Amino acid sequence: MKFPLALVAVLLAAVACAPEEAGTSPSPSAPSDCAKDKLALKTAGTFTIGTDKPAYEPWFSKDDPANGKGYESAVAYAVAKKLGFEPTDVKWLTVQFNTAFAPGPKKFDIDVNQVSISEQRRKAVDFSTGYYDVSQTVITTKGSKIAGAKSIADLADAKLGAQVGTTSYTAAKEVIKPKQDPAVYDTNDLAVQALKNKQIDGIVVDLPTGFYMTAAQLDDGQIVGQLPASGGAAEQFGFVLEKGSGLTSCVSQAVDALRTDGTLAKLQQEFLTGGGAPELK
Amino acid sequence: MTTWQPSDLQRERLAYRQSRARRSTLIAAASSVVLIGLLAFGIGSTPGWPRVRETFFNLDRGWEALPVVAEGIWLNIRVMIVCAVLIVILGLTLAILRTLQGPIFFPLRFLAAAYTDVFRGLPLLLVIFLLGFGVPALQLKGMPNQAVVLGGAALVLTYSSYVAEVFRAGIESIHPSQRAAARSLGLSYPQTMRFVVLPQAVRRVLPPLLNDFVSLQKDSGLIAVLGVVDAIRAAQLETAEDFNFTPYVVAGLLFVAMTIPLTRLTDWVARRQGWYGGGGGLV
Repeated sequence: MKFPLALVAVLLAAVACAPEEAGTSPSPSAPSDCAKDKLALKTAGTFTIGTDKPAYEPWFSKDDPANGKGYESAVAYAVAKKLGFEPTDVKWLTVQFNTAFAPGPKKFDIDVNQVSISEQRRKAVDFSTGYYDVSQTVITTKGSKIAGAKSIADLADAKLGAQVGTTSYTAAKEVIKPKQDPAVYDTNDLAVQALKNKQIDGIVVDLPTGFYMTAAQLDDGQIVGQLPASGGAAEQFGFVLEKGSGLTSCVSQAVDALRTDGTLAKLQQEFLTGGGAPELK
Repeated sequence: MTTWQPSDLQRERLAYRQSRARRSTLIAAASSVVLIGLLAFGIGSTPGWPRVRETFFNLDRGWEALPVVAEGIWLNIRVMIVCAVLIVILGLTLAILRTLQGPIFFPLRFLAAAYTDVFRGLPLLLVIFLLGFGVPALQLKGMPNQAVVLGGAALVLTYSSYVAEVFRAGIESIHPSQRAAARSLGLSYPQTMRFVVLPQAVRRVLPPLLNDFVSLQKDSGLIAVLGVVDAIRAAQLETAEDFNFTPYVVAGLLFVAMTIPLTRLTDWVARRQGWYGGGGGLV
């Protein structure tokens, strides 16, 4: 009985500011609905995008989301363009990861922060369709005890680390099932520091971040390998929108169009290190 | 030997007092019910309440998260107990050093004062970071590398400076006549401290000491930045799965549940030791 009540409240709130049906699943609607002047924006004429600070490489560049460099920044501008916004109409907003999904009205139209789409999370927020297929990776330093690991079983004795609130942590716990609980860090930077200090043997991160860490943050970093998806389903990053947002279907359409016309692939080539990593079975 | 019977007048007095007490209780109960009712109605009728209830007070979710959060709070409890013992020892030592008399002890007094100044001023989180990430970076042989140990050391360093000041205030609040009396009975300086000054001083500062330990209990969670999982971190991990904040509320309730018995216990101990608060006895 709780859920319908909450839904009714959300519907009422949505009706107050958005003249559209608030669906939880992106329903295909006529493109005319997504005309720039019909969009349910927070500020008319401005496309407000949230992300956390600091914004990390390779998703953003130089901690400045507004420069259009870095994969997520570039995709966000591409989505804005699809919806009819010039780069000058885009306003970036610092939104802490936790506040992105707290209840209540949001200040942003969309939030982009390497958030993985999951059915459980859909209860609290709307997601666009995925703009990046994520695979989780284990990285380490040369000469560590897992540097030569060839399979998941070889990682069982390792002390691993991951960032709090990420699917990387979930993968570290549930896919690898190590004997010691993984260490949890507020940021990936702290995890890297702990790896340098030899307090942990390896870090679980998404592949692009793993490439960035081993290339730029660690002197003798190496990628151990990719983990299979937990639960079998491929993991994707999606834009976060307010629950019941009138924008969800339009943003999803824009993302789908970018995938179809090859823009996403092009931006991935430009900003994310190509190539894969050996698969750990 | 006839058994004592209260006089009529005394009985009348007692009856009157009882009736007044009953009246007070009734009024207090009624006003509480009215206030809680108003609050519940006020919050419950806001448009966002259903969503807030779903996100922060979801019983099923809380129940599901309880074992994980409880496992986290077990770490808080262990860290707090071990650190509390070390903090009392170190804090009391510092306080005694700072209250030594005579010019020969100046360097000790100075060092103890410098220590409390520095560690009371440094933000705890900074000390935790410096020890937790700085010490392992030195790559020293034989130095502990575990986050819990280094984080605990940071807590001890910071909190013993607070507790030292509390003890010092207690020691200095004991009237000089007490020392004079003790010395005139032939007690040495250490004996005076041990048998006369410290027992009174510690009794006097129990409430502020407890305050510091309740605070320590919550700050023990800060060592989570070094990678260990305490109650709040466990709640954070739970919340990340489905963006529901109820696990945080569960962690908060567990912390409160830990604090209340501790407070009551200290009050009881203080009362038994003849501490009546405000420095007055039975008036």
